[in-house]
Amino acid sequence: MTTTIIKTTTKILAPLILVFGSYIILHGHLTPGGGFQGGAVFASGLALLIVANKYDAVKSLFEKAPLSVFESIGALGFLGMACLGFAGYTFFKNIIANSGFPLFGGKTPTGINPGYLNTGGTLPYMNIFVGIKVLAGLTSIVLVFFLIMRRERDEW
Amino acid sequence: MIEHLPALIIAIPLFGAFIAPLFKKKQSIAAVWAILITAITVILSLMLMYQVRLHGIIVYVFGADKPTIVLPSGYKVPIRIMFEIDGIGAFMAISATLMSFVGALYSYSHVKAESGLEKYYALLLLLEVGILGMVLTGDLFNLFVFLEIAGIAGSALVGFRNYRGEASEAGIKYLIVSAVASLMVLFAIGILYGEYGNLNLAYISRQVSLSTLDMIAFGLLFASFAMKCGSVPMHYWVPDAYTEVPAGINPVLLVSTYASLYALFRVSFTLFANVSISLERVGWIMSVLGVLTMFIGVTMALVQKDVKRLMSYHAISQTGYMLLGVGVGLTVLHNSDALAEFGRTAMAGGIFHIINHIIYKSLLLMTAGALFYVTGTRNLNEMGGLARKMPITTLCFIVGAAAISGLPPFNGFASKFLIYESSYRLNPLLAVFAMVTSILTLASFVKVFASAFLGPPLEKFENVREVPRPMIVAMVILALLCILFGLFPDVVLNKIVYPAVDALINVAQYQSWGGLA
Amino acid sequence: MNGSIWVNFPFIVVALLLAIGFYTIGFKRNLIKVVIGIEILEGAVNLFLVALGYVKGGYAPIYTLAPPEAANPQNMVLPTPQALTLTSIVIGVAVSALMLAFAVNIYKHYGTLDVTKIRRLRG
Repeated sequence: MTTTIIKTTTKILAPLILVFGSYIILHGHLTPGGGFQGGAVFASGLALLIVANKYDAVKSLFEKAPLSVFESIGALGFLGMACLGFAGYTFFKNIIANSGFPLFGGKTPTGINPGYLNTGGTLPYMNIFVGIKVLAGLTSIVLVFFLIMRRERDEW
Repeated sequence: MIEHLPALIIAIPLFGAFIAPLFKKKQSIAAVWAILITAITVILSLMLMYQVRLHGIIVYVFGADKPTIVLPSGYKVPIRIMFEIDGIGAFMAISATLMSFVGALYSYSHVKAESGLEKYYALLLLLEVGILGMVLTGDLFNLFVFLEIAGIAGSALVGFRNYRGEASEAGIKYLIVSAVASLMVLFAIGILYGEYGNLNLAYISRQVSLSTLDMIAFGLLFASFAMKCGSVPMHYWVPDAYTEVPAGINPVLLVSTYASLYALFRVSFTLFANVSISLERVGWIMSVLGVLTMFIGVTMALVQKDVKRLMSYHAISQTGYMLLGVGVGLTVLHNSDALAEFGRTAMAGGIFHIINHIIYKSLLLMTAGALFYVTGTRNLNEMGGLARKMPITTLCFIVGAAAISGLPPFNGFASKFLIYESSYRLNPLLAVFAMVTSILTLASFVKVFASAFLGPPLEKFENVREVPRPMIVAMVILALLCILFGLFPDVVLNKIVYPAVDALINVAQYQSWGGLA
Repeated sequence: MNGSIWVNFPFIVVALLLAIGFYTIGFKRNLIKVVIGIEILEGAVNLFLVALGYVKGGYAPIYTLAPPEAANPQNMVLPTPQALTLTSIVIGVAVSALMLAFAVNIYKHYGTLDVTKIRRLRG
């Protein structure tokens, strides 16, 4: 399926999709969306890249960057953020919010506001970790199906 | 740290499950890791049971300032996700963690030759998380999520031997059943949420009335959980799944089936407990379903040649005993005389039978796995004369077979006896069917014993040796539990079974906890 | 809620989708179509949840750059049904991926996707 049309479209679209996915992940605590949605968008960009490239190139790339490790890191990070609550509160307690922690620890305004990125406490961290996990997981699903299919019919 | 116990018991196996895939290069470390994590959860679940016996129902609210703040200031209804652990939840948690530990120990040598083991252990731990979440949660939607986690992890393990087409066939069957069942559960949860605007089990159970919508929701929940616990009209996935899954996962998969049974009990006893008129009818449906399940299961088992498949059909048949025992209790739940007279005993029998069955059926399936490990076949006609080659396996098999057939002094006798004597009081026919099933079970296991272990030693099994030590240890642990539970049933009944029964009967206690009173 | 048929329209669609889904699971012979049937069922349940949470004239419960009339809490809808739907979608992705993986594996071993021929386990 590596035709010129797909290659050209991918060149233009894939960066946009990847940036949009990252935006949705990072703004998960302010706007609709979040880790899963952003991760899914990001993974669709990666899927486009997978489809537009040759079997060998894709395979060698993902052998260098093992997706299952990324998945584990994402899940462990999420769990770790949840475990922070054990320090005096409960599991999943958002202890960074409004604490003045330099990253995402700013004071959350009440009422309608333009959306301040430096708020939200553990939520943005969790969004980022979920995003990593989802993009790794969905990409590896696409990759597995791609590798199986491409192996069976090489001349696509 | 002790007040965080309910969260830790979920967090630690999750942590273990996500660390396990990192041991890709050294797969034996992944096995040791899984054994370690499951051993820790066993200790945690015993501590949990101790706490429940000490303090009554434990509530753990996620994300609150303190674990027991159920209502945030200014709210009249609970809005956070919470765990609500009573006797039966802790009872199921002990079964789940114990069986995961034994399963991980057995898997250490049983699947050693396969590839992708780091994922196998990750899935095993995830399956344990799913079961623990299902039995500890006090929130309906959370129940659905953990049901799906257990379903996905379980079916992935059923299809683990992906070089066999049959494994994938059994896996997709199990997955389709569990996906349809859990979607219907979600549909029922949607109905209840639309009606009462909340997802908390205790809160909904205080509000529930017998409107048409409630009846639809109850029917959907009952049917889906009955489907997932392998009750009769939808039992066909059980033999396939149990046969194809690696023997080390069998104990955990059994517990996951009975976690659905737990959900069935929870729905009938707690969620719809205020509905006093129709519960009697539901109890009768459950008892008759139980009798049908045990009878059809055992008749199907009699004709099997595949040893694991035969045992899987017996698993269906034994599920019937639990349904019968608890169904008898449900029938007389609102009749306090009959409840005290035989209803409580019947439920104790049913719930005691859950843990007994998990123990001896896991033991039997593990011996079947051991036979497969040394002979490479599961066909009974091709085996023979293995008793002398594998003495410990043979001994374990005899213990398991005697326990499942309800022979004293093994644990199967203790719980079956309670069920016989109490279901006889409700209707003698129920007890007769239960006894006939027991006799047929004995007949079928005598057949297995004769064809696999007795007889002249076959030439092709000349070089057969006893299975490796971790498998032996796992089997011997279970065999000892069989004997101990059979010799001292009173201790087990008083320590863990009757608290579980009382937790099911005392709905008011469950409802008033969580600060709703 | 003025009792018109359009209030219940989403629920009629849900019932139709449920019927189609169950029909597809029960009567189609191709395994991929069975998987599609489960996806249809899931769509039906998700639609049901979303329709439950719909309030006419309500605003999404997000304060970022919301219009001024949304600030009144009466006008914001409860986010729980949407959260439930999202969770169910996430789970649905995992289920469908696993089912398709099984389907691929079955096709490799049996050479067919006809559910009436995938019957090595029986008895």
